[in-house]
Amino acid sequence: MRDIAITLTVNGIVRRATVPGRRLLSDCLRHDLGLTGTHVGCEHGVCGCCTVLLDGQPVRSCLMFAATADGHEVTTVEGLAEPDGTLSPVQRAFAECHGLQCGFCTPGFLCTVTALLRDNPAPGEEEVVEGISGNLCRCTGYQNIVRAVHRAAEILAEER
Amino acid sequence: MTTRLFGEPVRRREDPRLLTGRGRYLDDIGEGAYEVAFVRSPHAHARIRDIDVSAAIDVEGLVAIHTWEDLPARLAEPLPLLIPHPALTHGRTAYPLARDVVRHVGEPVVMVVARDRYLAEDVCGLIEVDYEPLAPVVGIEEATRAEALVHEDVPGNVGAHLVQEVRSATGLGAREAIEAAPYRLEFGLDIERSASMPLEGRGVHARWDAGDRSLRVHSSTQTSTSVRMAIAAKLDLPLPQVEVVAPDVGGGFGVKIVHPWPEEVLVPWAAMLLGHEVRWTEDRREHFVSSAHERAQTHHVRVGFDERGRVLGLDVTIVHDHGAYTPYGIIVPIITSTQLPGPYKLGAYRVEFSSVYTNTVQVTPYRGAGRPQAVFCMERTMDRVAEHLGLDRTAVREANFIQPEEFPYDQGLIFQDGRPLIYDSGDYPESLRRLKDLVGWDDFPALKEQAAKQGRRIGIGLGCYVEGTGVGPYEGGHVQVTSDGRVHVSTGLTSQGQGHETVFAQIAASELGVPIERVSVVTGDTRRFGYAVGTFASRAAVMSGNAIALACGKVREKALRIAADALEADPGDLEIVEGEVRVVGSPGTALPLATVAVLSNPLRYAFDEEAGRATQFAGTSSPDRPPVAEGDEPGLEGRDYYSPIRSTFASGMHAAIVETDPLTAEIRILRYAVVHDCGNLINPMIVEGQIHGGVAQGVGGALYERMVYDEHGQLLNASFMDFLMPYATEIPRVETAHLQTPSPLNPLGVKGAGEAGVIPVSAVIASAVEDAEGIRIDRMPISPSELFDLRRAASSG
Ligand code: FES
Ligand code: FES
Repeated sequence: MRDIAITLTVNGIVRRATVPGRRLLSDCLRHDLGLTGTHVGCEHGVCGCCTVLLDGQPVRSCLMFAATADGHEVTTVEGLAEPDGTLSPVQRAFAECHGLQCGFCTPGFLCTVTALLRDNPAPGEEEVVEGISGNLCRCTGYQNIVRAVHRAAEILAEER
Repeated sequence: MTTRLFGEPVRRREDPRLLTGRGRYLDDIGEGAYEVAFVRSPHAHARIRDIDVSAAIDVEGLVAIHTWEDLPARLAEPLPLLIPHPALTHGRTAYPLARDVVRHVGEPVVMVVARDRYLAEDVCGLIEVDYEPLAPVVGIEEATRAEALVHEDVPGNVGAHLVQEVRSATGLGAREAIEAAPYRLEFGLDIERSASMPLEGRGVHARWDAGDRSLRVHSSTQTSTSVRMAIAAKLDLPLPQVEVVAPDVGGGFGVKIVHPWPEEVLVPWAAMLLGHEVRWTEDRREHFVSSAHERAQTHHVRVGFDERGRVLGLDVTIVHDHGAYTPYGIIVPIITSTQLPGPYKLGAYRVEFSSVYTNTVQVTPYRGAGRPQAVFCMERTMDRVAEHLGLDRTAVREANFIQPEEFPYDQGLIFQDGRPLIYDSGDYPESLRRLKDLVGWDDFPALKEQAAKQGRRIGIGLGCYVEGTGVGPYEGGHVQVTSDGRVHVSTGLTSQGQGHETVFAQIAASELGVPIERVSVVTGDTRRFGYAVGTFASRAAVMSGNAIALACGKVREKALRIAADALEADPGDLEIVEGEVRVVGSPGTALPLATVAVLSNPLRYAFDEEAGRATQFAGTSSPDRPPVAEGDEPGLEGRDYYSPIRSTFASGMHAAIVETDPLTAEIRILRYAVVHDCGNLINPMIVEGQIHGGVAQGVGGALYERMVYDEHGQLLNASFMDFLMPYATEIPRVETAHLQTPSPLNPLGVKGAGEAGVIPVSAVIASAVEDAEGIRIDRMPISPSELFDLRRAASSG
């Protein structure tokens, strides 16, 4: 198996890695680049724990080869806060609304919701539920996650 | 007072790290470790004839291949039976790697260690295991027919059999009481298999330091102290040479209380053998076929009652499918049998269960642990009684309730902790009143009629439960104030996302009178606290919470004593506020706790100016007394344990309104209401979160989740694509109301809250669907196609 040299921009920083062709993007982020905030809950594209933003769009990093992401921009949970550590509105809203318990699903939700609110800054109840309906959470029962999305939209509006 | 944090919705202290990707879960630990994969049995029941590794040994990156034959003496024995019980006459546990026979699909046969997981899986694919298939036993019916045996030496596939009976006040047995009752009913009720299914699977990482012969193991577990003891025993190491840490754990819900898993002893063994860090991270399919499931039980009910619906006699026969092995004993059916009476005074009660082997994944507690089955049984019985008598379902429950003045109430049974089942406190009539208000029970018939006019079918249902929480034997807490004024709290019990760091910090801050920012909490790390039992049975807040409060009491007492000396005051006149010891009424006279900590530890050497105050020429200690008084210890710290005489009993009642589609039979939950009583609330935000999560798992179990085995013992839906866990689109908004009946058994007056949400959901949804459809629902979960079939069967008579 020949290894492939790839270059990605991850959270604004250019990163290089040499990976086997079959290496999943999730494994590359976690184990080659040390960004373990991206989690893996199923490795078959259902749970959404591994969601990252690829050129701004939410994708399941377990369903993608690292080599496919060559040349692209990736944002992971580690890249959501401001450089000075200030939490993003979505992160703050999750803390405020108790939108996480064990935190394993959380990075996926945060990435999904960040993109959702960018595209639709004031989603209605159904749009929120629909928008997060590709991510599983076994702990929270979703109620506080839904609340957190609305709250994040509020914070974003206040800060705009 | 800002330090009164007990009872406040304090924001979680775990969140900043978990929200920024800085959580540390098992697979985040030990980069560069060798990784492990297993060859697992593809057969439900087979004899291993031969294992051929010849095609695998040349794979680049392979480190080691092990089978049962390679294991050293203690490791080659079966894994421990964690909870023996006299009724478990034929308990059986698995070997860490299969020896001769495999008894379920997924059982580990060969362990492969390689440079990374991809390579380890390559190797697994090249190992040839020659199996001689044996007849599999799948499902309760086949198990009891016993035409084939799961274990050759277990006749009838029966692992355990237990009868408990509580006679009526007049001395009648349950069967006699039923015979003598004016009304009698008899029916069956079934629940299928589901599983805890945390989003993070299991995982183990081990690092062996050959220099000082010490082992550090991280495991995604609900009990690090007990894993540590198991590893020391299995690997024949002195206990102080082994440390086990539960890092951030991505959910447990029961499955991670089982230990030691094969991997928990094999991975450390491999690390010692290879002199290299080794890690195994479970993948999703492995979790489905090699961890544990729960819930599958059949119940045969006979009930006798009077004209008001009072139960005069109840006789329940249970068959419990415990899968291929019984590492966790028979705790699940014991809990079902003993929690079945719920909030009711039953005239006479007899319960009998058989626990049987099948060639499927083993069954161990999943959140609720036998209670969802118990409540399904009791509450469906109440509904039947109401229907038979033409009474309102809530009226029948009211007629049977234990009254508030009857506590402590002895149910006459022996609970899962081996102690009498005595309810400590509760107010069931008030709970029901609040529930009826919350959901609008009395107005529902009008609503239903209105809906019917529009061609819609809606129904309402309810379910009540009592949950034994906070079971012993004990937990401990250690609290240390260091000379910088920081407060370090530790307990051996672990966390899986419940927010223990937050609630324990609230307790410590409240008890000590310090700002919460100064408190840090460590859980589940044997380096910090070695004695503990684990996180299960909704026990963390009760057990560790009270232990930490008691330890804080010791620290507080010592701080006041030392400060009294320094301030020349009476300890009784002192209080601790905002991290300072003050004379009550004269806030000008104060001593920071940091200084008290310095004074508590007489020093010879100063490492900073503050520490200089405790050295020998500083004039702070009396020359007439030894620097450390007899019976005293240096340092401002305290350790204490909480060991209750018996469990506390939380309770609650849920109601739901559902709508069923007349055409597609789709079931939608329109409203879901919860009244919950877990005694005093430490953090209402966290308790609410526990309820939401529990209800969601309950909804999953009621409408979507089941383990589908075919007749060969293959689990057909071992993926998230086919095992349907609910997304946000499936979960209703939960409306909650709290009642706080403090427990008289512990200083904080708390009861557990972790499992409550899940317990009555199947009973509630079944009751509501039955109300909407007028068709009997006696097995759960129920899918639209099942409801469709039930409709067809009902209409064809
Ligand atoms: S890990 Fe990628 S969707 Fe589950
Ligand atoms: S917070 Fe645990 S899975 Fe979502």
